[in-house]
Amino acid sequence: MSAGVLPAVGADREIAVFAREIRRRALRMTSRARSSHIGSAFSCADILAVLYGGLLRVRPQEPGWSGRDRFILSKGHAASALYAALSRRGFFPSEALEAYSGDGSIFCGHASSAVPGVDWSTGSLGHGLPVACGMALAAQLDHRDHRVVALLSDGELDEGSNWEAILFAGHHRLDRLTVIVDCNGLQSLAATEETLRLEPLAAKWQGFGWWVAECDGHDHASLRSVLETARHQSGKPSCILARTVKGRGVDFMENSVLWHYRSAQGAELDSAMTQLE
Amino acid sequence: MRKPFVETLENAAEQNPDIFLITGDLGFGVLEPFARRFPRQFLNAGIAEQSMTALAAGLAREGRVVFTYSIANFSALRPLEFVRNDICGHQANVKIVGLGGGFSYGALGFSHHATEDLAVMSALPGMTVIAPGDDYEARELTRLLAAHSGPAYLRLDCPSAPACARTEVALGRASQLRDGRDVTLVATGAILSECWTASELLSDRGIECRVLSMHTLAPIDRAAIRGAAEQTGGIITVEEHSSKGGLGTAAAEVIADEDLRPQSFLRLGIRNPAECVSGCQDFLRRRHGLDSASIAGRVENLLRTTGRARERAL
Repeated sequence: MSAGVLPAVGADREIAVFAREIRRRALRMTSRARSSHIGSAFSCADILAVLYGGLLRVRPQEPGWSGRDRFILSKGHAASALYAALSRRGFFPSEALEAYSGDGSIFCGHASSAVPGVDWSTGSLGHGLPVACGMALAAQLDHRDHRVVALLSDGELDEGSNWEAILFAGHHRLDRLTVIVDCNGLQSLAATEETLRLEPLAAKWQGFGWWVAECDGHDHASLRSVLETARHQSGKPSCILARTVKGRGVDFMENSVLWHYRSAQGAELDSAMTQLE
Repeated sequence: MRKPFVETLENAAEQNPDIFLITGDLGFGVLEPFARRFPRQFLNAGIAEQSMTALAAGLAREGRVVFTYSIANFSALRPLEFVRNDICGHQANVKIVGLGGGFSYGALGFSHHATEDLAVMSALPGMTVIAPGDDYEARELTRLLAAHSGPAYLRLDCPSAPACARTEVALGRASQLRDGRDVTLVATGAILSECWTASELLSDRGIECRVLSMHTLAPIDRAAIRGAAEQTGGIITVEEHSSKGGLGTAAAEVIADEDLRPQSFLRLGIRNPAECVSGCQDFLRRRHGLDSASIAGRVENLLRTTGRARERAL
């Protein structure tokens, strides 16, 4: 695959606006619904902005286009950020997000493929990567050049099914597959390193036959650069360890497991919105 | 039933390049011809059933008709939540093949006894659940499943069951092997052969049975249950499976839902699947009262009891 097939990538400023809009929309959605996981949504907002801000080949008016890049949000609890990104990208109007987590809504609290642009429903951790392996294997067998991208959380790597899939993708040299790990270092109750030690994480993926890169998961230029490099890897699946901060963008939410659960209301919501202007 | 399955799938794979067979590292001496003939339609996912199931769903999303293949507890129960979320939740075109129904692997012990697979698979949304009664049905149902759209579970018994069915096979419709008015024996899976033999023993004693192969457990053939309730002297379900949640339970649901009043109703299955006893399939069937002689005896007792009850009522 040559760089020539890549879509035009938005300017850095546009990506920054995109990321801010993801955070603002996700915050409004989770606050209105009084739902959890805003910290997880903020953690991956910049990654989603880079992907949907231009890197992923998608057609918002034709969500099922067979030539699209597939994207699976394996950390499905950050669905608010994904829905926000899809609305910003034009898959549906932003007003639709008001139904998030509401009665009878397709915008479930965990990613639902009933929503235009969502390739796979998730919510239970450890599913996205093996499913992505199946999609990437099909692309490899059929000599198609679209990519399959799966966004995982670092805590999610506790799930054994991921390691089955990591072994599988390395063995079958699924070079159409890119995994991004949102490494915010926190999981449900405590730090990932206190719960089940993951480091040295890059060495683990490398040992399974993957091309691995690390970057600042909030630095758009760095993310874009490493994703483009990953796109051109041949003979190996690629893994990007995006070092992030849970709750990034709102000071009192950063690096706190509390905001895995809490939804911002009243003064907290006002303060958070002000910080995201 | 493994060979009839694989041979039929080979025919299907020849006609449809989207047919794809994934094994969880099982099938020695059985799958090699398929793997040799269709290397681009075959994959060994390794001993990794969660990943196998999820990647099958991913392949199905891209247009493949995927069959996953392993011993029943490994293909169906080990990755259960993957079956539920990735296959059923997306109505993916994946057929889970579970080898060794009931006590097919009797001597291998509890880990290899498939005694809850039908109940668990039947509870899943949109899952078609199939347990062929013999090799003939295994062939026909494999052929039908290859052309079927959506999730399915195919329970295969091994070693091969003796063929006793020669009727037309249709998904969702019970096959009637013989007719009789005294009672209906309904079987799912290869225990059908015991029911067939029981019906012959009973015929010698003047009791004529209707014998049904309920090879499609979900969705169950409600008309066949209704017909058995209304036209014969009772219903006896027989399954090499836990007595909870399988054929007997499904038949009872139909009876309750449709307010049927069979003159008698008896569910024969395995009452204590967790009993850790080794033994060949025939031994374990006898131990659990699922051999032809035991079935025939239960039918005679039931008819005697209900006959006496009717006499008392008169």
